[in-house]
Amino acid sequence: MGKLAKISGPVIVAEGMLGAQINEVVKVGDEELLGEIISLKYDRASIQVYEDTSGLKPGDTIVGTGAPLQVELGPGLLKAVFDGIQRPLDVIQARTGAFIHRGVNIPALDPKAKWEFQAVVKKGDTVHPGDILGTVQETNIEHKILVPPHFKAGKLLAIKSGTYTVRDAIGQVGSSDLFLSQKWSVRAPRPTKEKLRFSSPLVTGKRIMDTFFPIAKGGAGAIPGPFGSGKTVNQQDLAKYSDAQVIVYIGCGERGNEMTEVLTEFPKLEDPRTKKPLMERTVLIANTSNMPVAAREASVYTGITLAEYYRDMGYSVALMADSTSRWAEAMREISGRMEEMPGEEGYPAYLGRKLAEFYERAGNVQCLGSPSREGSVTVIGAVSPAGGDISEPVSQGTLRITKVFWALDANLSRRRHYPAINWLKSYSLYDNELADWYAEHVGKDFYPMRSKAMGLLQKEEELQNIVQLIGPDALPEKERLVLEATKMIREDFLQQNSFDPQDAYATPQKQYWMLKTILHFYDKANDALAVEMPLDKIMSVKAREQIPQLKRVPDADIKKTCEHIQKELDAALTPHAHATPVHKANAKSD
Amino acid sequence: MIKEYQTVKEIFGPIVFVEDVPAAAYNETVEIIMPSGEKLRGQVLESSKGLAAVQVFGATTGLDTHKTSIRFLGETFKLPVSEDMLGRVFDGTGQPLDKGAPVTSAERLDINGFAINPYARAEPHDFIQTGISTIDALNTLVRGQKLPIFSTAGLPHNELAVQIARQATVRGSGEEFVVVFAAMGITNAEAQFFMKDFEKTGALERAVLFLNLANDPSIERILTPRLALTTAEYLAYEKDMQVLVVMTDMTNYCDSLREVAAARQEVPGRRGYPGYMYTDLASLYERAGTIKGKKGTVTQLPILTMPEEDITHPIPDLTGYITEGQIVLSRELHRKNIYPNVDVLPSLSRLMNLGIGAKRTREDHAGVSSQLYASYAQGRDLRQLVAVVGEEALGEKDKKFLKFANEFEQRFIQQGRNENRSIEDSLDLGWELLAGIPEDELKRVKPEHLEKYGRKYRK
Repeated sequence: MGKLAKISGPVIVAEGMLGAQINEVVKVGDEELLGEIISLKYDRASIQVYEDTSGLKPGDTIVGTGAPLQVELGPGLLKAVFDGIQRPLDVIQARTGAFIHRGVNIPALDPKAKWEFQAVVKKGDTVHPGDILGTVQETNIEHKILVPPHFKAGKLLAIKSGTYTVRDAIGQVGSSDLFLSQKWSVRAPRPTKEKLRFSSPLVTGKRIMDTFFPIAKGGAGAIPGPFGSGKTVNQQDLAKYSDAQVIVYIGCGERGNEMTEVLTEFPKLEDPRTKKPLMERTVLIANTSNMPVAAREASVYTGITLAEYYRDMGYSVALMADSTSRWAEAMREISGRMEEMPGEEGYPAYLGRKLAEFYERAGNVQCLGSPSREGSVTVIGAVSPAGGDISEPVSQGTLRITKVFWALDANLSRRRHYPAINWLKSYSLYDNELADWYAEHVGKDFYPMRSKAMGLLQKEEELQNIVQLIGPDALPEKERLVLEATKMIREDFLQQNSFDPQDAYATPQKQYWMLKTILHFYDKANDALAVEMPLDKIMSVKAREQIPQLKRVPDADIKKTCEHIQKELDAALTPHAHATPVHKANAKSD
Repeated sequence: MIKEYQTVKEIFGPIVFVEDVPAAAYNETVEIIMPSGEKLRGQVLESSKGLAAVQVFGATTGLDTHKTSIRFLGETFKLPVSEDMLGRVFDGTGQPLDKGAPVTSAERLDINGFAINPYARAEPHDFIQTGISTIDALNTLVRGQKLPIFSTAGLPHNELAVQIARQATVRGSGEEFVVVFAAMGITNAEAQFFMKDFEKTGALERAVLFLNLANDPSIERILTPRLALTTAEYLAYEKDMQVLVVMTDMTNYCDSLREVAAARQEVPGRRGYPGYMYTDLASLYERAGTIKGKKGTVTQLPILTMPEEDITHPIPDLTGYITEGQIVLSRELHRKNIYPNVDVLPSLSRLMNLGIGAKRTREDHAGVSSQLYASYAQGRDLRQLVAVVGEEALGEKDKKFLKFANEFEQRFIQQGRNENRSIEDSLDLGWELLAGIPEDELKRVKPEHLEKYGRKYRK
């Protein structure tokens, strides 16, 4: 079709491309490297190439495929590990060994794998786009086979349960065949009937997230932070413990060893709810930092399309993108190679739009087709701002669109306070929409409790400023008690150890009881202070010393343990239990 | 077929533009023959019909637009590799600097390497004992990790690197590390320091050195780490060796990248460094690793000097985002005459959790490490407070933390240049120092570990 005219890095310019379309996938050179047309100027096309371009030269042939960049959707996605353009990395390894070589063209889904299809519709039924035709047991997740969104509605001429590969026709409408798999262009959102309001949180098991800064199912959140503040550990924990039914994890331009960690850990770990291996609900996309930059650009689109596909089946899906900054840098690199006029910090002027388009693909939706069902895609993007300074364009573009902001703080991680999420800088705008859920499922007093705790933490910040000037011992006891209480909130509640199996995941109920017990102590201690019990004595009450151990108490025992501690606190700190201080108080009032 | 052209049109900094070249391949290697007959290596950066932009690895002094001829070699840059490279010293482009003959080998590898398939990587978890407490106990290094040293001008990072290279062992394996050393733009004196130490300890026989010194052509520095890593990968994955790659100074490498980008008039990113610097650095750092089914591993210890001691400068910043942690050196500790001057608070090893614990180091390792961190951080905060309000204003408990922080620096961080502490010694020392802190403040250690390891130090 065309010929290569100029090459510099991952972008090539081709001539003689008249008739080619924007976003069309092309094959470049003898090795048929995959590329995508990103701009057209009469017969000259700029093409980003998804593989290493070393050795390409002017005159190499370029052939169009007539289709945009697509992913293949069907059974076999779960448990798979793909690169940025949905090539299975395990198959590539079998083909080229430990190192990735170029020009490997392999299908995303194993064309030979057989799947047991159970039809839920029958011959003669009229089917519409999005309708469920039947199911395939993919892992412990039941894969719903859907009528593709742009399929023409009509009467089923044939449909039959049985064993099929993804390439076999399972049914027919008019002259079109239906398959277990379908294709979708990654840059276009998959259609839904309508977007719904948010109604429940994505329960993460992380106390600081669920209690103070919850994210709604179908919401979008950002987790920016400098290196070493724990973005990846947080993202991995969300992938492990959040209560989504399907997880899509995109390692976009990050470390190879981190993907290996996920690959070795996930098959061993079990989902705290279903008790099945975590890998069974997970799709991994690994385009590490040393893999081609154009494929990195594509990886987030590949990932979100997969997520939307499972959403369309009626599942709640959570997508983690680590890190969106690397994605933005890939855009910047490609834009620079095309000599586009740069915007802020060299990023292309359309950066903000691309970020917004991506995060807007999150949502809680009424799915297309029947039976009626709801699904959601929650998107959580890690951002790696240069120097940790979030005034840079990627952070700012992200915060404009996401509604949850978990602010990672290097000062916290340096003192090994994990998760290193700063409680004063973070926010969640889903609070109001989720209030009913928390009142119903956790406790009516949960929201007031967390407001109280947050109030104390804010007070601590003010008091710390004073302490910096005059030292802690100069504060009145009442305020020193605030500092002691917030220390307990920080150390015994907010801090959570991802590597301790008992502590890594806390149910909302456990969070409720832990926080309630700490606040109960604070209230009782205040009462005791009022009758002049010395603070040192209050702090050394035996029952209080059990509070730090609550983290390791199993969910089943938490209520009993907390009620017991509260009772003991009552006994130790209630004024009438202490004759002497009461006398003293009387003496003073004389 | 090798094609030769005498059509140099323009020489601009380190870039030579060659005309009338029908089809130069991207990243193709070229040989540049100067009018004096001297030869240089180069690489095609950009190619369009009839015009190729070539980056010259070497000084362009003496090139002209008349007689200079360019030979396109029809392949990417390849390095002949063999086991005989051990004990040898090469310059920044791979030519022998010692008296030995050039390496000849049928095996020639592309110096850009190939990306390790994430699926083929094995989980890195073999604890490397460096004998340095601040690393072993607090920022544990494992095989296949890339852990840079963030330093600044005038600090003893070279001494630390040499000590690590000398002392590093994987316990119980009996295997020694082979060191591949890449010097980029360091001074002759610094290079001598490394050579001497390697010679003195007999490590030179098990080392391969690539030296690009401060007065060598700067563009060569783009090649040097790639040659070193290609050698390392060969020794690790083909010859089953445990390889430690020391690369110093990455700051000079990045400056060379910037020089080329500026000459090409590219749109600059932060501080004039090219927008693709992250990708470029990743193509080096990500060559560390362990691979399923292969015995050998590549562990990296890059060293960089932070301009103006600024950790948010693009070089340390982008490095930190790629590497698995960092060891930060502190000027303040250096002033207090503490060696190694590791600033433990901003230091980190991301793979630490994989390499420690009952079977790998000791069961109490994670707890002790976390407790030392937290207590030292508290002591440091108090130090600032004392500067304002005076020590008298502190309570008894706070005074203990203050004392702990001082002892921690004097005894735990501080150690001799030849002092090789076992991990047990480091952890026991930690317990000994923690004995000065009230027991109810030790929230990060498990009570049973306190009984087993820490009780004997508490009076």
